[in-house]
Amino acid sequence: MNIGINIGYLVAAALFIFGLKGLSHPRTAVRGNLLGASGMLLAIVLTLLDRGIISFEWIIVGIVVGAAIGVFLAIKVQMTQMPQLVALFNGFGGGASTLVAGAALIKAVLLTSTPSTQLTVSTAASGLIGAVTFWGSLIAFGKLQGIISSKPARIPAHQLLNGLLLLVSLGLGALIVIDPGATWIYWILVAVASALGVFMVLPIGGADMPVVISLLNSFSGLAAAATGFVLMNNVLIISGSLVGASGLILTNIMCKAMNRSLGNVLFGGVGGTVAEADDIYAGKVKSTSPDEVAMLLEGARRVVIVPGYGMAVAQAQYAVRDLTNLLESRGTEVEFGIHPVAGRMPGHMNVLLAEANIPYDKLKTMEEINPTFEQTDMAIVIGANDVVNPSAREADSGPLAGMPILEVDKARTVVVIKRSLSPGFAGVPNPLFAADSTLMLFGDGKQMVTDIITALKET
Amino acid sequence: MDPFVAALTIFVLAVFVGFEVITKVPPTLHTPLMSGSNAISGITLVGALLAAGAQETTLSTILGVIAVVFATVNVVGGFLVTHRMLKMFRRKD
Repeated sequence: MNIGINIGYLVAAALFIFGLKGLSHPRTAVRGNLLGASGMLLAIVLTLLDRGIISFEWIIVGIVVGAAIGVFLAIKVQMTQMPQLVALFNGFGGGASTLVAGAALIKAVLLTSTPSTQLTVSTAASGLIGAVTFWGSLIAFGKLQGIISSKPARIPAHQLLNGLLLLVSLGLGALIVIDPGATWIYWILVAVASALGVFMVLPIGGADMPVVISLLNSFSGLAAAATGFVLMNNVLIISGSLVGASGLILTNIMCKAMNRSLGNVLFGGVGGTVAEADDIYAGKVKSTSPDEVAMLLEGARRVVIVPGYGMAVAQAQYAVRDLTNLLESRGTEVEFGIHPVAGRMPGHMNVLLAEANIPYDKLKTMEEINPTFEQTDMAIVIGANDVVNPSAREADSGPLAGMPILEVDKARTVVVIKRSLSPGFAGVPNPLFAADSTLMLFGDGKQMVTDIITALKET
Repeated sequence: MDPFVAALTIFVLAVFVGFEVITKVPPTLHTPLMSGSNAISGITLVGALLAAGAQETTLSTILGVIAVVFATVNVVGGFLVTHRMLKMFRRKD
């Protein structure tokens, strides 16, 4: 490969870094993304100039088909469906890496009877990580899209099974290194790693999805980096490791926000001893009406809205925007408190609220909003549960113990909009619902917010 | 320098750059970060193009073409949907 192309690849890698740097602020983010896209275009054009490419027909077919699918999905997707789309794209990236590494192994065996150890090790790594990414992401997609039940599937002894599958994959990887001529071993490795991907994600429930998607995101990067080692291509190595690092950071943030280790999310499952719901709720839950909430809102100077996955399900973000605008026009200060694991992927709530035209400077992180709840007249919780559960502060409260929460219970009044008293994903009853300052507004999120708006306008 | 060591050096340094750059991304942009970085991991398209166009064996060409489709979905869809999302983020008027 000539020097010109390699220097071009270096420019592309630099553009990716500038692009990610642009994402450090919403103001520069659009330009950042465009820089990243131009880096990609540059890398593709340079590759097509490579003299190793003799036939273009199939490449053109592949690009046209892929681009058409990509454009269709990107334009059609609703913002509430973003987690599953990202999971799907993730899977495609991982799958592509696996196939490329497989093709490279075939080529290497054809050209030299003994490919280098470095090539075979990286090929095995790419096959393993890529296949786990592909199938893991497809399962995550299926769960988020509702094709597969989002409840954690009970697989007997799944830790043992996954451990075994991983060991077998590593063993097969070693075989490839010892005897690269037998390329079929690679495809057995891919098959076993695929099973590992499926069984790794199946037992994981909906609310743990932010962790899983972040981790798979990281894997898709690592698979690309491993393929970079196979092809000895620096732009793949650099881009892959950037994405790998990004996914790991997000995974870490998500785990911290749930006070759980990655191992616990992947292998632990939820459960544990939990207080009886009846003891907590009996006779203490106060139900309210949209009219009463509107009356309370009239005197409120500061309102904090806490959205959760339920807001996405109810598609309530536009109604929430209208309520925000109405309250602000009456001189009430409105801010949003967003827990890192609210929703089904990192930043899920922020995208939904941005879609509804709510300015991003109103969206506050947990650290920013928590000290302000004591000066807040009303906290409105829409479709969130575990992230506002005060029992997380107690050491022996089961799966939620130690999880940092949004301290809505410190607000003067808390209104919880929710369909029923059913527990959140962690299965823990929420003492917030029975607190003296809490009013429960039972019903569909969108409908209830719309009714509050109507009631507010009438007064 | 041994090419493998050189490649490993690049890998490790890029991971550090990644950590430095990504920790500065605010939580509000974490979803676009995921879809955008995801699109970048579609860089494996470069390898897919080489595999599809080199015409070494029928099998490697078929694998390459499927990989081109997968990676192009990842790249085109990823950057486009990230653009769509980022355009929605606005400041207070």
